Amino acid sequence: MARDTLTGSRIRERRLILGLRQAELAREAGISASYLNLIEHNRRRIGGKLLVDIAGVLGVEPSMLSEGAEAALISTLREAAADSGVPVAELDRVDEFAGRFPGWAEVLAAGHRRIATLERTVETLSDRLTHDPNLAASVHEVLSTAAAIRSTASILAETGELEAEWLDRFHKNLNEDSLRLAESSRELVNFLDEGGTGEDRRGMPQEEAEAFFQENAFHFPALEDGTAQPEDLLQDASMLVSDAARSLARAALEQYQADARALPLKELEKQLAGNGMAPAVLARHFSCTMPQVLRRLAALPEDVLGQEAGLVICDASGTLLFRKPVTGFAMPRFGASCPLWPLYTALVHPHVPVRRNVVQHGRNAAAFDCMAVSWPQEMPDFGHDPMYRAVMLILPGGKEVSDAQPVGASCRICPRQGCPARREPSILKEEF
Amino acid sequence: MGRHVVLIEDEPNITEAIRFLLTRDGWSVDAHTDGATAVQVIQDANPDLVILDLMLPGKSGLEIIRELRAKEDMQALPVLMLTARGQMRDREMAEKAGVTRFMTKPFSNAEVLTAVRDLHAQASQG
Repeated sequence: MARDTLTGSRIRERRLILGLRQAELAREAGISASYLNLIEHNRRRIGGKLLVDIAGVLGVEPSMLSEGAEAALISTLREAAADSGVPVAELDRVDEFAGRFPGWAEVLAAGHRRIATLERTVETLSDRLTHDPNLAASVHEVLSTAAAIRSTASILAETGELEAEWLDRFHKNLNEDSLRLAESSRELVNFLDEGGTGEDRRGMPQEEAEAFFQENAFHFPALEDGTAQPEDLLQDASMLVSDAARSLARAALEQYQADARALPLKELEKQLAGNGMAPAVLARHFSCTMPQVLRRLAALPEDVLGQEAGLVICDASGTLLFRKPVTGFAMPRFGASCPLWPLYTALVHPHVPVRRNVVQHGRNAAAFDCMAVSWPQEMPDFGHDPMYRAVMLILPGGKEVSDAQPVGASCRICPRQGCPARREPSILKEEF
Repeated sequence: MGRHVVLIEDEPNITEAIRFLLTRDGWSVDAHTDGATAVQVIQDANPDLVILDLMLPGKSGLEIIRELRAKEDMQALPVLMLTARGQMRDREMAEKAGVTRFMTKPFSNAEVLTAVRDLHAQASQG
């Protein structure tokens, strides 16, 4: 509906704000209540002297009624007033303010929106700082080393004559601590410098290893055709800074190599072309396990598989060990994710393949076809409890969203209320 | 009899700097790194003052102070807590647990020395 056809609605809104009855306003404006009723429901156009008279009774400029102000703008201004915590005496004149000073009103509303965004960012960062053990440990390391350097340097600078033994010791400490500080600061900066996309976030060994896999699009032709060994690929991987990350990447590449040998690319392409994506058929054809099939499918390029595919692997504690992201399916950083993922259903039903159509909360919610299964990490033996891992292949384009099982990413960023699986409160107050 | 401080800190170079500083100021310094044995160490040493790190291996500084304050003869012992966690709620928790003074890292030597002297003077008067 065009803005000028809403004049009646604005009259009604303004009248209700002032607490006037329809009959009272009609009498003041010199018209019948029934005629005002038609005007207020936008069934009679209004202009000229009558508009001026009604505006006069309502105490606003006629243009406020005929042109109004954007509803969203007024709503934001009301939010700004409510969030300010200060009683705003002129709250009932918010539409007049927006109508008479649209530029200033927009500035105020934009400021309010920016504050809300910044508050959300601060909350998220603060949450991350408080709950991320790696970040807390990094910050603690930097501050402790800085404290040691400050104390030692101050002794050297402020103490007059120092015995040679103390002098040597403090110089040595200073040297050691400055090296530690340089290293811990670099790790901290790496950790915090996520570059917006999350693709370049490193600092944790798992993140370095993931960056390495992402750079290679999770596919390694040299391992497919046997022209290289995992160690050869690691040699050129500049993003694998720490030994721990190299070790993780090596283990993942060795598994990749074993899976590629079990399901050779050319034969796999042929099978996919002939039978489509049927993991059980593939497992039977290649005489291999279901986890191998799922991992292998996720390692195929999109043009071979015919679609995008994500993958997660967890250990028996539920901690994510490996992630291949897929568009639209939020995965938490390495750590605890949503217990409703089929991955965890598979974990508690060893060897039983689990297939679920799931949807994550949030805007643009889409359904995903998830296939999961768990397997013992080592060869079973008497006298040893088996240690299971689970893998889940995530394929976009599940069935209808309405039929899908709702899941989240992790509790802290999941707005779902009354979830029986919730393990901790969400930092979100509303749907995102 | 000299003044005696027990220092529970797992950062060896901070320990060394504080030891140097307080020794020069006339204190005898007993330094330990393990949080798990800290309460027993403090009780055995019966010092004039304790300097306690918050994040320690074995047991946190907060747990140590709570256990100390639960003992009748340790309720008036001045405890200076050093920590890299300087948020208001950390300070509140530490004070609630019974810490006498709270100092965030990185601190200056002068701050530590002043705090130690003040706390000792207050305890002596009290």
